[in-house]
Amino acid sequence: MMAPPAYALEITSLCKSFGGLSVTQDVSLTIRAGERRLIIGPNGAGKTTLFNQITGDLLPTSGQIKLFGKDITRLRPDQRAHCGLSRTYQIITLFTQDTLEHNVTLGLMGLRSARWNPVRPLSFYGDLAKESRRILELAGLEKLSSHPVSEIAYGEKRRVELAMALAQKPRLLLLDEPLAGLSSSERTTVKSLIASIPRETAVIMIEHDMDTALDLAETVTLLNYGRVIVDGERDAVIADEKTREVYLGN
Amino acid sequence: MQFWIVQTLNSLSLGGLLFLLASGFSLIFGLMRLANLTHGAFFMVGAYFGAVALRTFDGLNFWVAAVGSGILVAAIGGLFERLVLRRLTTNPLGQVLVTLGMSFIIADACLVTWGGDPIPVPTPSYLQAPTRVFGFAFPTYRLVVVVCALVVAFALYLMLEYTRIGAMIRAGVDDRQMARAVGIPVSKLFTGVFCLGAGIAGAGGVLGGPVLSAYPGLDADMLPLALIVVILGGVGSLLGAFVGSFIIGFIYTFGTALFPDLAYIILFLPMIIVIAFRPRGLFGRLST
Amino acid sequence: MKWIALVVLAALLAALPSFAGEFYINLASQVLIAIIFALSLNLLVGYGGMTSLGHASYTGIAAYLVAILTTRYGIGHGISAVVSIAGTTVAAAGFGLIALRATGLSFLMITLAISQVLWGLAYRMASVTNGDNGITGITRPMPFGISLESAAAFYWFALLVAALAFAAMTIFVLSAFGSSLKGVRDQPRRMAALGFHPWMIRWITFIYSGFWAGVSGLLYVYYSKYIHPTSLSTTNSAEGLLGVIAGGSGTLGGPIVGATLVSLLKNYASGYIERWNMLLGAVFLAIVLLMPTGIVPGVRKLFSRTGESRK
Repeated sequence: MMAPPAYALEITSLCKSFGGLSVTQDVSLTIRAGERRLIIGPNGAGKTTLFNQITGDLLPTSGQIKLFGKDITRLRPDQRAHCGLSRTYQIITLFTQDTLEHNVTLGLMGLRSARWNPVRPLSFYGDLAKESRRILELAGLEKLSSHPVSEIAYGEKRRVELAMALAQKPRLLLLDEPLAGLSSSERTTVKSLIASIPRETAVIMIEHDMDTALDLAETVTLLNYGRVIVDGERDAVIADEKTREVYLGN
Repeated sequence: MQFWIVQTLNSLSLGGLLFLLASGFSLIFGLMRLANLTHGAFFMVGAYFGAVALRTFDGLNFWVAAVGSGILVAAIGGLFERLVLRRLTTNPLGQVLVTLGMSFIIADACLVTWGGDPIPVPTPSYLQAPTRVFGFAFPTYRLVVVVCALVVAFALYLMLEYTRIGAMIRAGVDDRQMARAVGIPVSKLFTGVFCLGAGIAGAGGVLGGPVLSAYPGLDADMLPLALIVVILGGVGSLLGAFVGSFIIGFIYTFGTALFPDLAYIILFLPMIIVIAFRPRGLFGRLST
Repeated sequence: MKWIALVVLAALLAALPSFAGEFYINLASQVLIAIIFALSLNLLVGYGGMTSLGHASYTGIAAYLVAILTTRYGIGHGISAVVSIAGTTVAAAGFGLIALRATGLSFLMITLAISQVLWGLAYRMASVTNGDNGITGITRPMPFGISLESAAAFYWFALLVAALAFAAMTIFVLSAFGSSLKGVRDQPRRMAALGFHPWMIRWITFIYSGFWAGVSGLLYVYYSKYIHPTSLSTTNSAEGLLGVIAGGSGTLGGPIVGATLVSLLKNYASGYIERWNMLLGAVFLAIVLLMPTGIVPGVRKLFSRTGESRK
């Protein structure tokens, strides 16, 4: 009998360069199942580029990425979604003309074979609609479910993004600056939503607003110039000399 | 042997003409992200202007006709860019459609004005005699066309690499937003580049006159070749336009000479191969 | 309300031959063929977000296949229709593989280049296509032994095919796949992250769209009994695109309205103006500058606004 994989995500010696410019330099990381990791670093440190290589939007120049023991380095983004990976984006990428319910339902469709059906409409799949309403309820947005996305507030849009990502019950969730541009009350709501993510899902977060994000993190990775500078338990990383250097040195 | 020489020179001169067409197209696409489908029509109307001017004004210098035609076409291009294209910066699809519409308008206008018969453009008399080297005869005018294309290529290269305007164009190609933020007058630059591209195409039409003449459908014959050149060579790359033009010039000329039925398929093949293995083209820097 | 209007419309359409003269019945047949073409192009442009300037390629391929198979090889209509549509669909699959290596304007340029190459081939390969002379003497099929020679009979045949085409494409657009397609059009990266396969969705749509364009090509060649390289021209593709955009891309009714208008305009104008191309170009400019979203969305907005003002 095979032992379960030790790590949710295992990145080994990841490198990415565009022509002469090295944006990811020999990055190695491990994330355990259910872990909450925060990735920090100054602008241009390569945080989003790292995310994009994990999701498959960018292919690395060299190195390996394993998701729950499976080598996903060369897989397409949609294939990775089927392996249990999910993400949110820095900018809102929702379907603005459609209702909240449609957005979440479409999100749920992504992993079902029914998405290829050229005859039956989405409305035929009643269980999907039920599930999407349940998810919107969890995010506190059920009252707005039949409103088009264009009509809701920015903070509510962020919650929809999160709801869509969680709808697929991912094993690993990547959150790219989930608190960006939110008012303080919106930030509290989104934070509690993130805090309530079930333990079956490991979470990696990029966030600039360190003060708010740190409470959510168990472990922290500091990136600078595409390299891992410090990596470990949250309090240890914050206390570390090198962290101060990176931020004050800039 | 004479056959190979003639075909080679024909290839080179076609390549040169294609470069005059494709360089403008590539620059416009690179800077303005606009697939200017009017470009073939610019070439054709330039050829018509030159042909008619030479026919009407006895003793008019060929080169004056070419440059004058280029300026006229550049003016038409500039008007079109300022009055129509500029209103559609938020609608890139619309921009392409109006360039298509404009090409129809120009093509039909030429047909109405000058009729359906081709207008020949006489080779300047001092270039009519073949050049004799090593006992072989080289059609002189075709050599001249190649030289002109090389001169224009070199001039464009110098402009892009060594002048301020060239630097601004390159900046705009790389990152339009940033260029604007840094204070580069992007709108004026657009008009300028559009005029330049149109002008070179127009002058190219006259230069091509002795080889192709001015006829209805010249635009439809040249534009797809220019498109294939740009797809092959890579959008926004002057070097790509240069190399691509001569490759296509050779393939098309020898293809038509050796396998007339299949010439178009032979053209198709390098395009497919390049798209299959390098969608950005041989030298392309942009993805769209 | 809507249902009554639709039923009345359907009745009028079916009864057309009883009150219109032969010229108008034939015109209506041409309009129907244009509608099928525009509907197929709209799948690609409006719902798929892939603007193609080479759609007439598929009409042309289907038409030429039928013409060559029936006139030169004497193959029956049933088989030649099937082979022709199959051939067109395979061609769409192949060209789709090439064109979909790119998106946006590069995709447009590739579709244009492919269609121009095919057009050039149709002219040059005279041994196969008869070049500039075109292929004449094509006959109309006789489905279930019914003759389609009369204007009315052909019109009803075209109406039936158009109704089927509209129904099939509407179901497609409203289906789960259709929702995926629209999603990929609007947010391809997001869709990929959710588990959808954008390239495959686009390719399948490209093929299906080529299939229906082939059907319109078949109807066209039966109607005119003649095929010429101009059917593959960019002008033809452009007319179809104009119909889609003028009517309102990405709507179900848009292509119908747009294709009807463009066909009628073309027919009417050619009686008075010699230069249809110039008019087409000018109409392009006018629509894009003045009514970029098209007629159907514009009218819809007008109705909703007047509804609002009554409150």
